[in-house]
Amino acid sequence: MSTTALRRAAPTVEFPATAALPSAPPHGLAVTIDGLSKSFGGNAVLRGIDLRVAAGEFVAIVGRSGCGKSTLLRLLLNLEQPSGGGFFFDDGAARVCDPRAARVMFQEPRLLPWASVIANVEVGLGAERRAVGARQRALDTLDAVELADKRDDWPAVLSGGQKQRVSLARALVSGPRILALDEPLGALDALTRIAMQRLMERVWLDQGFTALLVTHDVAEAVTLADRVIMIEDGAIAVDLRVDLARPRQRGSAGVAALEGRILDRLLSGAALADRTALR
Amino acid sequence: MIRRAFSAGRLDGLTQWLVPLAVIAAWQIAVSAGWLSTRILPAPSDVAEAGLRLARSGELARNMWVSFWRAAVGFAIGGGIGFAFGLANGLSKRCENVFDGTLQMVRNVPHLALIPLVILWFGIDETAKIFLVALGVFFPIYIDTQHGIRSVDPQLIEMGRAYGMTPSELFWRVLLPGALPSIFVGVRFGLGIMWLTLIVAETIAASSGIGYMAMQAREFLLLDVVVLSIVIYALLGKAADTVARILERICLSWHPAFQRT
Repeated sequence: MSTTALRRAAPTVEFPATAALPSAPPHGLAVTIDGLSKSFGGNAVLRGIDLRVAAGEFVAIVGRSGCGKSTLLRLLLNLEQPSGGGFFFDDGAARVCDPRAARVMFQEPRLLPWASVIANVEVGLGAERRAVGARQRALDTLDAVELADKRDDWPAVLSGGQKQRVSLARALVSGPRILALDEPLGALDALTRIAMQRLMERVWLDQGFTALLVTHDVAEAVTLADRVIMIEDGAIAVDLRVDLARPRQRGSAGVAALEGRILDRLLSGAALADRTALR
Repeated sequence: MIRRAFSAGRLDGLTQWLVPLAVIAAWQIAVSAGWLSTRILPAPSDVAEAGLRLARSGELARNMWVSFWRAAVGFAIGGGIGFAFGLANGLSKRCENVFDGTLQMVRNVPHLALIPLVILWFGIDETAKIFLVALGVFFPIYIDTQHGIRSVDPQLIEMGRAYGMTPSELFWRVLLPGALPSIFVGVRFGLGIMWLTLIVAETIAASSGIGYMAMQAREFLLLDVVVLSIVIYALLGKAADTVARILERICLSWHPAFQRT
């Protein structure tokens, strides 16, 4: 009896609950966007986007609302079909993104309300959900976003920030090679947003996936990204490298200067658009 | 604090019985005092007595069982077909184009209007009653299942697709659970129609069942048995609704509206 109990207890010693994510080697996937265009009806949203994102790079995409930045992510995730051009993954090896390699975080948490927090995280494992150790991976990931104690709760009882953390855990649990972030922090309050930005940066540094962040918050883009891309009139208007040391302080001189430059450009574009509209 | 917990918990279950009990008490007093003629309404005690008498002879149990069986079989057949059509038409646009128009047209015919036809087809056999119940239950379950599938949050469906769910996973993990609250609305509507149809069918064309018991009692002016039949219908209806509520509570425990505080 006692030996059985010991044997049963042994595995838990091998998997101590730590704040570390399930170990994953740096394995970002390079993405090349080649002449990508998309139109809805007669309305061209993207007109020939060319972009190379290196493996493990953090790229932020900014632009005014309706500029097509979210459409770009949806095309990448194969949720929509391009009207022209396309993608190359892993240095030209694949044209369509392997659904297991890319994960997405939406602006809304989009958790299944009828599944517990832990079951929602397991959605991110896809077909591996039934594999040995799947539950443990989900638990470790939930622990990494500091929500291990909510594992059996319904999503309805969580706060907005907690829901978005569960959504992040769901996106990360499979160890994705690309993480597409579609304004994931847009609906959060300022304090929660800063905490989430730190968490996302930590996770990205730890796992080394390629991150594509669509955001309307220029400060967020400058704080997190290696490169900031600005889309205007369906094309890339600005491609700016951010060479500031991490962790970056929100409001520091370097961040503020870059943020100012990008905002100026965005606003001048907006002024231009207004003038054309008036005419 | 304690008082609030008490009134919210145990008393809630009791308060819903206060009005029926008061009505029965007033009714008993009115008959006993002679304000209400027993030729209009027998006293509750007489109704209870009639119930005991019929229960002892075994007649009550037999008729209740027959009615219950007809209701259950009719509900299972009509509900099952309605559920299947609701799923098919909710999931597939092509399926909806083929069937929905016809079904909506048939729905506008009151199913009780078919009683003469049904009697001609099936006589006063079991089939007639089951057919009518199934037809009545079909539509609420069909409509609410279809509506439930249709109104599942498209953002969740997109999430499922983006996370590589197969069509069957998408159905079992996203569409069906999402449609469940609406399906339960259909089930509760269907239960109401089930009893209504059965009562009408049994009073018009039957040789057993609660409705038949009431009609036979009318012939012999047994007012207490007539009232007893009505009370039994009310109790059976209440029981069916309670079962549906309990199922709802279990299946929808994730839903904020059904969460126990």
